[in-house]
Amino acid sequence: MAKGFFGGIHPDYHKELASGEPVKVMPLPEQLIVYFSQNLGVPSKPVVEKGDEVKKGQVIAEAGGFVSTPVHSPTSGKIKSIGLHPSPVGTEMEAAVIIPDGEDEWAEGCDKERDISGFTPDEIKNIVNNAGVVGMGGATFPTHVKLSPPEDKPIDILILNGAECEPYLASDHRLMLEKAEEILEGASLFARAINVDNIVVAIEKNKPDAIEKMKNLTAGRDRFRVEALGVIYPQGAEKQLIYAITGRKVPTGGLPMDAGALVQNVGTCFAAFEAARLNRPLIRRVVTVTGSGIKNPSNILARIGTTFRDIVDFCGGMTDDTAKVISGGPMMGIAQYSLDSAVGKGTSGIVLLKADEVAQFENNPCIRCGRCLAVCPMNLDPSAISIFAERMRYDETEEYCVMDCIECGSCAYVCPSKRPLVQHFKRAKAEIRKRSKKTG
Amino acid sequence: MEDEMKDKGPGSGAEKREQAADKKKASIKPAKKKEAIEARFLVSSSPHIHDGQTTSGIMRLVIFALLPAALFSVYIFGISSLRVIIISICSALLFELVALRIMKRPVNVRDGSALLTGLLLALNLPPGSPWWLVVTGTFFAIVVAKQFFGGLGYNPFNPALIGRVVLVISFPVQMTKWIAPSKWGADAVTTATPLGRIAESLEALGHIEMEFGREEILNLLVGNRGGCLGEVSIILLLAGGLYLIVKKVISWHIPVTFIGSVWAMTGIFHLIDPAHYANPTFHVLTGGLFLGAIFMATDYVTSPMTPLGKIIFGAGCGVITVLIRLFGVYPEGVSFAILLMNAATPLIDRYTKQKVFGARAA
Amino acid sequence: MLAAVITLAGLGFLGSLGLAIAARVFAVETDPRTEEIEEALPGANCGACGYPGCSELAKRIAEGKACIDDCPVGGQAVAKEIAGIMGVDFSGGERDVAIVLCAGNNENALKKYHYNGVYDCVSADMFYGGDKACSYGCLGLGTCVGACPFGAIEIMPEGIAKIISDKCTGCGKCVEACPKDIIKLVPASRKLHILCSSHDKGAAAKKKCEVACIGCQKCVKAAPEGAIEMDDFLAVVNYAMEIPENVADECPMGTIKVYDSENSLKQAAGGGS
Repeated sequence: MAKGFFGGIHPDYHKELASGEPVKVMPLPEQLIVYFSQNLGVPSKPVVEKGDEVKKGQVIAEAGGFVSTPVHSPTSGKIKSIGLHPSPVGTEMEAAVIIPDGEDEWAEGCDKERDISGFTPDEIKNIVNNAGVVGMGGATFPTHVKLSPPEDKPIDILILNGAECEPYLASDHRLMLEKAEEILEGASLFARAINVDNIVVAIEKNKPDAIEKMKNLTAGRDRFRVEALGVIYPQGAEKQLIYAITGRKVPTGGLPMDAGALVQNVGTCFAAFEAARLNRPLIRRVVTVTGSGIKNPSNILARIGTTFRDIVDFCGGMTDDTAKVISGGPMMGIAQYSLDSAVGKGTSGIVLLKADEVAQFENNPCIRCGRCLAVCPMNLDPSAISIFAERMRYDETEEYCVMDCIECGSCAYVCPSKRPLVQHFKRAKAEIRKRSKKTG
Repeated sequence: MEDEMKDKGPGSGAEKREQAADKKKASIKPAKKKEAIEARFLVSSSPHIHDGQTTSGIMRLVIFALLPAALFSVYIFGISSLRVIIISICSALLFELVALRIMKRPVNVRDGSALLTGLLLALNLPPGSPWWLVVTGTFFAIVVAKQFFGGLGYNPFNPALIGRVVLVISFPVQMTKWIAPSKWGADAVTTATPLGRIAESLEALGHIEMEFGREEILNLLVGNRGGCLGEVSIILLLAGGLYLIVKKVISWHIPVTFIGSVWAMTGIFHLIDPAHYANPTFHVLTGGLFLGAIFMATDYVTSPMTPLGKIIFGAGCGVITVLIRLFGVYPEGVSFAILLMNAATPLIDRYTKQKVFGARAA
Repeated sequence: MLAAVITLAGLGFLGSLGLAIAARVFAVETDPRTEEIEEALPGANCGACGYPGCSELAKRIAEGKACIDDCPVGGQAVAKEIAGIMGVDFSGGERDVAIVLCAGNNENALKKYHYNGVYDCVSADMFYGGDKACSYGCLGLGTCVGACPFGAIEIMPEGIAKIISDKCTGCGKCVEACPKDIIKLVPASRKLHILCSSHDKGAAAKKKCEVACIGCQKCVKAAPEGAIEMDDFLAVVNYAMEIPENVADECPMGTIKVYDSENSLKQAAGGGS
């Protein structure tokens, strides 16, 4: 049943560094930096001020609109300051610096176990929304929005994304091994919210233990199916995943719901389970800390807002020749300039690499070797698009469908001229968005 | 208005400058940083890893794949062949260096592209070509065909082939002076290429007179015949080609369709009129077809990028080659065919664009 | 032979007749002034006026749909000439030139990371606003150079953009292109500039850059009332007013520069070295 998609690459995965490490709980750090906006879409609105006392789980920023989620305090303590801090998504972002009081005391109403069997779809969406659950694979798109498809777009399949095709990362892998039951519970909630009884757990074949675990758990449950996927990057990209599982192609410019599918990361399912069953908002996540630059590669359960510096220290520190710190995986993650960045809801990993391991881009001319065309999972022509972008001919980049680019980085990975292709595409996309905003 | 500006006088300006400079010097205190803002990490766009293959790495692989054929030419044609190769490579590197300097482009001779062009041109010349012929060829290849058009990546035509074709047209006598295979030390004996021989016999007798048996085929495969340096040994060229395909430097599309279409088309003509049209296997094994199809037509810069485009390109090369061989004034048409298809490459690329994943069927 | 000659001649005659008739029937009336105006315009077709090219602007001016001084490149001189063609009076303002309000080059401004990627400021700006520690500083990757239709901008070896005032026509393309928004159009006759755009507080700004404005206000006090104003920890020159050159001496950071006409910014970018 599982199909391959066109293109793709086979990078060195280096999963073994962290995949065998059980998830460790990170102790409460001395300070937490919590960004006020933690989702894709409309930024959240801060509702606290400097000097305020907050409780664990208390809302510190409200949703700014429908495509937005609230942000909660990850512990109890005092807000020391509010200001701009480097964030893992590559910008300086407004954040609250919280000094924990050590009590770690829940806000009223939080952390109470409840029966989830009676929740209606609307209740589930509300719970997920109020708990600030977003896509935890890295995109941080508000989950309740995904659970609210328009009526003319029926969804008949829910895919749990456990592919984790990014090299190095193992957070989803560990979560599937250690919290499989909870993930499936969360998935059942999602399925109920969108009225679907066909749930596929999609896992790449390089995680046989997770596949086995899921298979054992779902045995005898008709609604669930476990699908072992070929190991190829970017297998976990939504559109490629849907094609691999269902054979349906998401139309260009469309969303998974246009192909009748809903894809949720396994981490998101776990967060939804905690929100519904335990009434805990999303204030912590599993982060893989790995790469040759870290002394002890680990998987840790860290509070949202834990600085990279604290995490690196917790994992034994970094080597002196660490040249690059990446939030997320090495293919799509974002390079950090400082360890002062803090874990956000989408921070699936922190990868520390040495200089000789990282790609060094050069602005060489394209030699038209065609490798990028062969690996592009979207069937684009990265060579032509990058040449147009270089010459600032953005209309042509749009003609060559740069907006369909998923920025997976396969093209730049194989480019022998080491052209910074993805950056060209990001630039072209930003330019096209700016223009359409102007005219529209 | 301009005058007014100047009237302010450079004196006062210069004074100010000095003052400002003094002040600045005073304000700089040697390395006193409280909380050091230190550029420690590397920041760039994703992806952060690379498969390690580089342009120069690819060039090296191609050169490596060409080496057996080049060495064989030295073995079979002797020192004159080695001389052509050395002159060609050295002059190509020199022209590249000078051109890059003059045009103020980043000097990156070590990427190997000029070396490869020099080697390819040498393999496309008759053994014993005079030095000025070789240097003229590399000049046109490197300076005119490559650097005038913007350097590596921007040349619309294969530089080595431009060099060769300029020489073929300008110096037909020197470019068709072939040496019979001989071992080291033996005196050079002039001969004709197999293709030239059938063209002559066709002209003199009105029909083809040739022997084409197992022995001839074997000689062609091994390379025991007259011809350009690099084109004679089919087996070694094929080995180089397979190596490149295995190493994923080139894909099979262009060589297979190129050679296949030559075989098919000459085969049809041979079936119709064997007296005038030679055996297809003979056509495939002679001339510069293997060298051209494997190493010249597959040049990245000047050939299409999509599989379909490559197939069209290869087939087009084959058809034009056969037309020139059978009906043109030149006995060999591989170079012209590839150059003509080079010109069509942008067009082919345009019309063989892949359909975007998820695009609705048109 | 004869038949061929007659046929060809006849065809030629018929064709020319057709063209002659078409020219009469489909003739478009044009204002003769359009051509004159177009000749007066610089002819760079840079589009700085907002129209597709010089001829379009000429047409608009002749039709009265555009002002005679709408060509920012030609400035006063061209506007005067056009005024003559149109038969109106023109008493225009002054020529504007662009200036980069930042002097933090590779030697005196700190960087927060090693950038590796597309040589373009907008692209670099996507990663934490570029590699300069100061989030307001010139990134020196030359997006403005590419945007300038007149070759009036260059990137100095120290890694900062410099505008060659004599070549600058004040078209404003660089102002639009700069992601940091630190290029401003100022009257060409003004020679005193505060080469900083940082709104950081004094201590923070100083930590990041040796030539940053630290908001000490010494220049504000030394200059005539209103000639230099504070805007969020940054002293800003009010170019409507004349400022004595000695005000520059007040600046403890050397941020204030006085230019002469030739190669003015070279000195500034060199940081007095």
